[in-house]
Amino acid sequence: MAEFILRRILQAMLVLFVMTVLVFFGIHVIGNPVDLFASSECTKACLDEIMVNLGLDRPVWQQYLIFLGNLAEGDLGRSFTHGVPAMSLIWERFPATLELAVAALVLALVIGLPLGFYAGLRPDSWISKAIMGLSMIGFSVPIFWIGLIMILTFSVKLGWLPAIGRGDLVTVFGVRVSFLTLDGLRHLAMPAFTLSLLMMSMVIRLTRAGLREVMTSDYIRFARANGVPEYRVLGWHAMKNLLIPIVTVLGMEFGGVIAFAVVTESIFSWPGVGKMLIDAISVLDRPLIVAYLIFVVTMFVLLNLVIDILYSLLDPRVRLGAGAA
Amino acid sequence: MAPVLSVRGLTTVFGSGTQELRALDGVDLTVHAGEIVALVGESGSGKSLTGFSINGLLPGVARVTGGSIRLGEVDLRTLSAREMRQVRGSRVGMIFQDPMMTLNPVLRVETQMRDALRAHSTLSRQEVRTRLIAALAEVGIAAPEQRLRAWPHELSGGMRQRVAIATALLHSPELIIADEPTTALDVTIQGQILALAQRLCRERGTALVWITHDLAVVAGIADRVSVMYAGRVVEEGPVDAVLDTPAHPYTRGLIDSVAASQPKGARLPMIPGRMPLLSDLPQGCAFAARCPRRSPLCETTRPEPHPTGAGQTVRCHHPLTEPAGAVA
Ligand SMILES: Nc1ncnc2c1ncn2[C@@H]1O[C@H](COP(=O)(O)OP(=O)(O)OP(=O)(O)O)[C@@H](O)[C@H]1O
Ligand code: SF4
Ligand SMILES: [Mg+2]
Repeated sequence: MAEFILRRILQAMLVLFVMTVLVFFGIHVIGNPVDLFASSECTKACLDEIMVNLGLDRPVWQQYLIFLGNLAEGDLGRSFTHGVPAMSLIWERFPATLELAVAALVLALVIGLPLGFYAGLRPDSWISKAIMGLSMIGFSVPIFWIGLIMILTFSVKLGWLPAIGRGDLVTVFGVRVSFLTLDGLRHLAMPAFTLSLLMMSMVIRLTRAGLREVMTSDYIRFARANGVPEYRVLGWHAMKNLLIPIVTVLGMEFGGVIAFAVVTESIFSWPGVGKMLIDAISVLDRPLIVAYLIFVVTMFVLLNLVIDILYSLLDPRVRLGAGAA
Repeated sequence: MAPVLSVRGLTTVFGSGTQELRALDGVDLTVHAGEIVALVGESGSGKSLTGFSINGLLPGVARVTGGSIRLGEVDLRTLSAREMRQVRGSRVGMIFQDPMMTLNPVLRVETQMRDALRAHSTLSRQEVRTRLIAALAEVGIAAPEQRLRAWPHELSGGMRQRVAIATALLHSPELIIADEPTTALDVTIQGQILALAQRLCRERGTALVWITHDLAVVAGIADRVSVMYAGRVVEEGPVDAVLDTPAHPYTRGLIDSVAASQPKGARLPMIPGRMPLLSDLPQGCAFAARCPRRSPLCETTRPEPHPTGAGQTVRCHHPLTEPAGAVA
């Protein structure tokens, strides 16, 4: 177990190293951030001064070494544009993104599992065909389009749901969340649904395919041959086998959902990290971009660990650390 | 004594309308208490299908369209799905071929056995444990408390098959259908499982249908044997009579192919030719294309079952009379 975690951490560090090098030199090639965010009245002297302040006057490899030195002390640097530590900006906004992503995940499961079950049990009924057709749409139609259509329908036309922002917030354990107020829920509904569509389609397809396979297996026949009631056969004997691929795929997908919530957050002006990243990129706010990427990579690594642990709980044949991770 | 199981004219089809395929056609099967009846035949002859037709676990595309399946006094065909569930596990048990696949890989032995036990009885947690431990001990599993907590993959094939048998026997069903339960095991374990099944059935008076490819197993375990071909029982009778003086040319072919020193347990027949497809059954005898005794009658008229002098029932126009050892 310890070796397994250690190997994961080493892998993550390698990824971080390669990534930061790319970002540093990439941004250096693209342009000078100061030109982008300094006010137009700023003279040459003033520009130079800002460059010196931010350390941008040094050769890029020196900048990188300084960055590494600070990183070793846990300092990810200050945002060029906001002037505050980059990490604090991320922490401020991350709860919004996390809430959105978790809500999307819950929706995907709560809606996707029953639909997938139905389609798997009655593959030939027209309802099942409709469900599968819809899941196809979830895969193929771009998210921003669905988001816009929903805004047009539910906000503009019908006026049922607000189109932007998080609504009323409540603080729970020091984190501000939307989902505990009615207004917050109304704000959360559309972005969460939009973000969940892809995951939901996956859950539907995985559940259906998995169920059809599992239902023909000898162990399901054996359970039935022993007279085990159908709700128990489906709800536990089959379910536990189904959850293995679902957890695996959703686990991998979930990191992506958080990292790329960008689109959804932009459409619904959801004040999460995704939107912050877009803003940071447009002004080449390097410390913020790098800090965000480091944050995302770390999150992926942690998420993978959680999935592996969940996986080993679901599937007794899997032992942590066995085989290459 | 009335038989435990009496199947008459069982007909099971796949699909419907013009696509309909008769996978079982007029199958008869009788098993008395404490009796072991072997069901043999090539792959695809309908052995498993017979088993699933009896306990109502046919795949969705198949259904029973004719005949009766009497278990004691009830015709299982008249039961509702609910009533059928009550029968499964309590009155009819089933054991499958591959013990690697029979136990759910993600549930502990205890969970699976407990669900089977609770399916037909309400017991306290402690009573359940006691019963399960006793059941495992009875099939010869050492340290049953630990095994109960085990995951299936932690057990050997033979051990898993013992767990499956213990589970199927939990409610002492009158009838057990064992679908090739030793085929996937190696020879010594096979012998142990055979002996175990035989002992338990004799002790409890359970009627046992033993589906197999292996004539050596048939000779070793069964009282009677039914030979299936293309969805019909072509020969039926006491094991000794059928193996010594087979009346049907197909049975004879099976016996000869074993005598020609097939490795034990190998898939049956090196009888030349193949079983016809269900979609392409001939008008007359289904075995005609491969039969050395075929006559014009065989190709036009389906043979109906009739008794031979030696205690068998055979579906053949020109049954054999000489013993199997003699060279024809
Ligand atoms: N889903 C299906 N659709 C159509 N025909 C099927 C289907 N499943 C099985 N069959 C047919 O039913 C027949 C009987 O199959 P069954 O499984 O009972 O054979 P078996 O004697 O048990 O063979 P084996 O020794 O291989 O287990 C076969 O001819 C097979 O082709
Ligand atoms: S009926 Fe004719 S073809 Fe069929 S097994 Fe008997 S002899 Fe052979
Ligand atoms: Mg079979």
